[in-house]
Amino acid sequence: MKEYTTEIRNMVVAYCIALGDDSLTLGHRLSEWSSNAPFLEEDLALTNVALDLIGRARMFYTYAGELEGGGRSEDDIAYLRDCREYRNFLINELPIGDFAQTMARQLIVDVYDMGFFTELTRSTDSTLAAIASKAVKESRYHLRRSKDWVIRLGDGTDESHQRMQTAINTLWDYVPELFAMPADEQLLLDAGIAVDRSALKYVWQSTIDEILHRATLEIPTGNHSIEGGREGIHTEHLGFLLTELQYLQRAYPGLQW
Amino acid sequence: MTDKPRGIDPRMAGFNEKVANDQRIEPKDWMPDAFRKTVLRQMSQHAHSEVIGMQPEGTWITRAPSLHRKVVLLAKVQDEGGHGLYLYSAAETLGTSREEMENALHEGRAKYASIFNYPALSWADAVAIGWLVDGAAIVNQVSLQRTSYGPYSRAMIRICKEESFHQRQGYEATMVLARGSKEQRAMAQDALNRWWWPSLMMFGPHDSESAHSGQSMEWKLKRESNDVLRQRFIDQTVPQAEFIGLTIPDPDLKWNEECGHYDFGEIDWDEFKQVISGNGPCNKQRLAHHIRAAEDGRWVRDAMHAHAQKQNKREVA
Repeated sequence: MKEYTTEIRNMVVAYCIALGDDSLTLGHRLSEWSSNAPFLEEDLALTNVALDLIGRARMFYTYAGELEGGGRSEDDIAYLRDCREYRNFLINELPIGDFAQTMARQLIVDVYDMGFFTELTRSTDSTLAAIASKAVKESRYHLRRSKDWVIRLGDGTDESHQRMQTAINTLWDYVPELFAMPADEQLLLDAGIAVDRSALKYVWQSTIDEILHRATLEIPTGNHSIEGGREGIHTEHLGFLLTELQYLQRAYPGLQW
Repeated sequence: MTDKPRGIDPRMAGFNEKVANDQRIEPKDWMPDAFRKTVLRQMSQHAHSEVIGMQPEGTWITRAPSLHRKVVLLAKVQDEGGHGLYLYSAAETLGTSREEMENALHEGRAKYASIFNYPALSWADAVAIGWLVDGAAIVNQVSLQRTSYGPYSRAMIRICKEESFHQRQGYEATMVLARGSKEQRAMAQDALNRWWWPSLMMFGPHDSESAHSGQSMEWKLKRESNDVLRQRFIDQTVPQAEFIGLTIPDPDLKWNEECGHYDFGEIDWDEFKQVISGNGPCNKQRLAHHIRAAEDGRWVRDAMHAHAQKQNKREVA
């Protein structure tokens, strides 16, 4: 493990927790599809993606706990923080909606993750770089799926086209947050640890444009944005997600399961 | 393949000989209609049980108490879905599509294991299902590895490996509760109290009462009787409960030195019949869930086919 100054170390811990929160909230949402998917094969595939994401969250949280050195476990981090302490991007916590909304979100996040984790493999922090290499491989598979689905549904029936267009339009407001860099992250970027998210926008946009074009979908033009996840200002949905996620740990504190 | 045999049908003689010699009947082999119907009923019921069985445990995925338990449970429920898939595919070799089997389920013409009509009320239930329900399923499925229909036998061999893993995970997680706090122990005991008897019912009626058993045994579709399998499950599970300090909810349960088995109390067959005939606590809920998911997904499946057709047209053009 790298030797960091206290200030940098605390920032890396916060960075890991935010990345873990992104993966956990989205993985949790996808897990809600279990026994609810449009057909059995898709049920299993959605679960695979959920498992990858929850696994990713565990690696980030475990590393955060180790760096911090205070004995916090992955479960302490996941189960014992309230909404205002969660740092995930808002898009990840939104309800699953219909299958179009789930797949539209997945496309937006998967294209983003491919860009983000590819860059993070070059982090000077070798643990982050290692987690990122694993994440890139997983996200490549996730993206193949979400891209196929967005194209199929966009270029399927009138109903599926309409549902997919609505989903893309609804989620569009949550995209700008992915590329906004807060001051702390800028410092970590200067130290070679973090990724310059603002620089990922161009490739993200052109990849999405091409996929939406193939899917015969309109690219939304609005530039309204809903942000705040990285500062702990969430949607109302996160409270309900955490209520379920944390129920047993809150009802029976301090036990092993 | 389905001609009615007249006189001594040489095909029937061949079929009987294969069964007598413990050879497997394969999809392309001739088989009597009644055999085909029985295997299909059994395999589709088994497939539906795997898929409906995703629901009671699945209800705990979003509430699992640790990230480790969450991924284990999610993967376990996923495995059950995977077993459903193998079994539907194996059953399709009999000439009936998965869609037809699902329609039969939705219309109440096909059944699934009645144990899944009980509710999973606590975390202890979610893990006791792995311990007891998967434990009972394995006893039955190990026996079915030698069933006479080839695709079913091979599906069972594959499924048994995963089920025994689930059973150990379920038992281990129950052990953690049984050795945990007072509330956790109570939770584990309560789960055992409610799941024990339905687990014993999983083996079906007494041999003397079992409608399909005789013919299935003759065809070697079924290799051991309901009562033999039930006794085996009890004999292996009672010491597991004792080891972790839980009490089996049966005052008549005691070791019988003479025969080398546990004696146990009478099963409430009225309850069994009620649940089987649709009057269990969750029958309507389980079926409605499955139908709702299928209905909600219809537009997705339609879109998938529409897109594939468009693609084909483009390739031709």
